[in-house]
Order: sequence, then structure tokens, then C-alpha cells
Amino acid sequence: MEVELEEKQPRSISEIVSIIEALIFVADEPVTVKLLAEVLEEDKETVQAAIEELQNEYEQRSSGLQIREIAGGWQLSTRTEFHEEVRKFLKTRPNAKLSLAALETLAVIAYKQPATVPEILEIRGVQSASAIKTLLDKKLIVAKGRKETVGRPMQYGTSKDFLIQFGLKDLSELPSIEDFEDLASGIA
Amino acid sequence: MEQAQPEQLTFDFYKVQPEIVHATRSDELSLRLGEFAGPLDLLLFLIKQEQANIFDIPIAKITDEYLKYIRLMKSFDIALAADFIVMAATLIEIKSKMLLPREITGASEEEEFEDPRQELVDRLLEHQKFKNAAEMLYERNTIEQAVFRRGAIESDENNTETNASVFDLLNIFQKILSRHKEEVQMEIHREEVSLSEMIRNLKKQIFAVKELNLLKFFEEIETRRELVTAFIAVLEIVRTESVKLTQSATFGEIILQKI
Repeated sequence: MEVELEEKQPRSISEIVSIIEALIFVADEPVTVKLLAEVLEEDKETVQAAIEELQNEYEQRSSGLQIREIAGGWQLSTRTEFHEEVRKFLKTRPNAKLSLAALETLAVIAYKQPATVPEILEIRGVQSASAIKTLLDKKLIVAKGRKETVGRPMQYGTSKDFLIQFGLKDLSELPSIEDFEDLASGIA
Repeated sequence: MEQAQPEQLTFDFYKVQPEIVHATRSDELSLRLGEFAGPLDLLLFLIKQEQANIFDIPIAKITDEYLKYIRLMKSFDIALAADFIVMAATLIEIKSKMLLPREITGASEEEEFEDPRQELVDRLLEHQKFKNAAEMLYERNTIEQAVFRRGAIESDENNTETNASVFDLLNIFQKILSRHKEEVQMEIHREEVSLSEMIRNLKKQIFAVKELNLLKFFEEIETRRELVTAFIAVLEIVRTESVKLTQSATFGEIILQKI
């Protein structure tokens, strides 16, 4: 550490970019702009601009890595193009896929949250207890208390893991359910 | 987005021909598609198969097809979910309503004629919307599985407070309970020396030393309860084993001797 100066020397933008790169690298979760701003003691706008600069740098040199916004934070990850090589290296296989039933249930919960079992039944036309159990086990959904209605059914919502595993910045990034309406009436 | 995907990742909701998969398969395997997730799914498939207009479902034909399918499933000895039966009943109800002649009165002509199929159509469209959304989620998840990050994000250990579910809590509660149970067991164990244990213990001592000072034997005992047990043990052993009690002087020490 340097000797403390009387007047704090303002950092150059490239310096801020480098520090942010270091922080995003060591973080094991997506890092928020707020947290970065706190650590750097810079305002959020500066941090935001620096992140975009960093993103561009990776983009321009066709890096194997990318800076992505996910689950409300920023994260360093590999590019999708190289997934086969990465898998070969890591000797991993893709995770077991969710069943159709689980995916449908997840879709209902994602769009209707907080959603109850009877609400899911109404849309899916089928009991979804085992699908809900699967989603809870995989921590894609969380219980959100009981609804104050007949039977006080448990309500479910999506978790942070859901955002991460489905590559979403936040829930607003989900396409509007109305967009699927056109598709739905198109099956005439 | 990337094109070159390994085969196990490719999956098309529409091209795959649905087929019945046996109920014993696991959740994961059922994605092998073709499986109807529910009666609405089956209906949508039949409508598509008939190339019928969803807003003008040929209800008689679709009902026949639906019932045929259910019979087929039964013949495969697949336990039918109650939801499928409910839908069959709904279809038959709609079909019979359609057969009834519409009342041609002045009043009802002004009133909007309500199609008995309307509610079903609405549900089918709503269901289809979420099926499409599920497909979108599937695609997103597939793409996401091609992305790798540094660090242990999947486990999300640093974020336990937001991700702890009721089941996590239940798990922990059970652990606490079992720990508690262990403690209680230890206490009981110390207090409770059974009579047979006490007799065994006493015998061992006598056989080892041949002469046992009863006063000393009783002095070593800590609790009142054990003392009572020890006393009964002494009486018992005198009665059943070849030992005798001797006292050389009045109020003197009592010795337990092996004969």
C-alpha cells in the first residue's frame, strides 16, 4: 500500500477498469455495481461506464471470456462457443435436463409469482406436486409464505439460482407472456 | 447464439412425436418427450393432429380421439391421472351441449350466444402460452449450460439466507432434534443400572476377591436409585448363588463370601 496522500489522487478510467476486472475475477457470485462502487469509492455511473468499457475490451479482442450481466450483477464467464472444448477439458457432461412437467411448472411460477398450487393446476391442467418438489430440490424456486385465502396454499416464487441458471439479469428480462399469446393463437 | 450443439442438447418441442412413456421412469427421463404432461397437452396434440382450428374445435371428433387415447393408455396398464378423466367428462359435457338445439327465441338472439367450448379454448390458449414459455426457458437453460464460470456459484454457499427453503429449515430442525435426543439418552444411561447388570457386576467382584465388604460396595454407589438396586442385587445373589453373608460382631461389617 502506498503512503496516504493528503489529496486523494483521482484514478484514471483505465485504472478503474482494471480494478473492476480484478474484482469480478475473484468474485464467486455476480458482483453488483453498488458493491463495486463501494469498494472503489467511486460513483455508480463511473463504475457502470467502466464495466461497459471492460465488456468492449473483451469483445474487441475476441476473448474466450466475456463479462456478462446476470442475476443483478456482473460476472466473468467463458463464451458459449467454446463449451465443447471446456467440457472436454473439465470432463463434465451437461446437467440432467428438467422434465417437461418441471419446465412448465417453472414457467407458470416465473410468470405468475407468487403462484400457488391451485393456480398452477389451473394452467397446467394437472397436479404438479412432484414437479414442485423437483424445482425446490434444485433450488430454482423458493416458498414465499402462504396466501391468505381458502386453504392458505403455499406460494412459490423463483430464486436467485433461477436467474443464474437461465442467464437472466432480472425477472424483467423474461419476455412478456403476451409475446407467447401470438404464438398460441397461431396454432389454429 | 451458438449452433454447434452436442446431440443430447437438441430438443424440439414440436417435431418430436408424442408417445407414452411408462410411469416408472424418473423425472429426468420423461423429458425424452412425447409424453403428455397433462390432459390439456393431450388435447392440444389431438387438435394439431386433426389440423383443426383451435377456435372452432370439432368437439365430437376430438372427444372420440381423446377417449380412444385414454383407452389405449389403460390397455398399456398405465395408471391414469384423475385429471385425464376429469377432462374426458368435460369434453363429453361440451359435446352434449353442442348437440342440444339452440333456443330460438327473440330474447336469446340478442344475448350473445355462449359457445360451450369457449372456456376450454381459453384454457387451451393459456396453457399453450405457458408451454411456449417453458420452451423458451429450456432454450435459455441450454445456452446457459454452455457457459462456465470461475468459482463455486452453483452451490451458492455464500447466499444461504436467501436460498434456504422450508426443506432446509426442516432438515436443520431434524438435526437439532436428533442431537437433542442423543443428550437425553446419555443422562438416562448413567442413572439407570438395571438389576441384572448390578447382579452381574456384584458377581464379578465376588469371584475376583472372594470376600467383599458390603459397606465398601455400597459406598461406591452414587445414586439412591442405584443403592436400592444394589441392595436387591445382594439379596438376590445370596438366594441364588453359592455365597453367604457373615457378620462377626453386632453392628459390625458385613462380608459377602464365596463358598
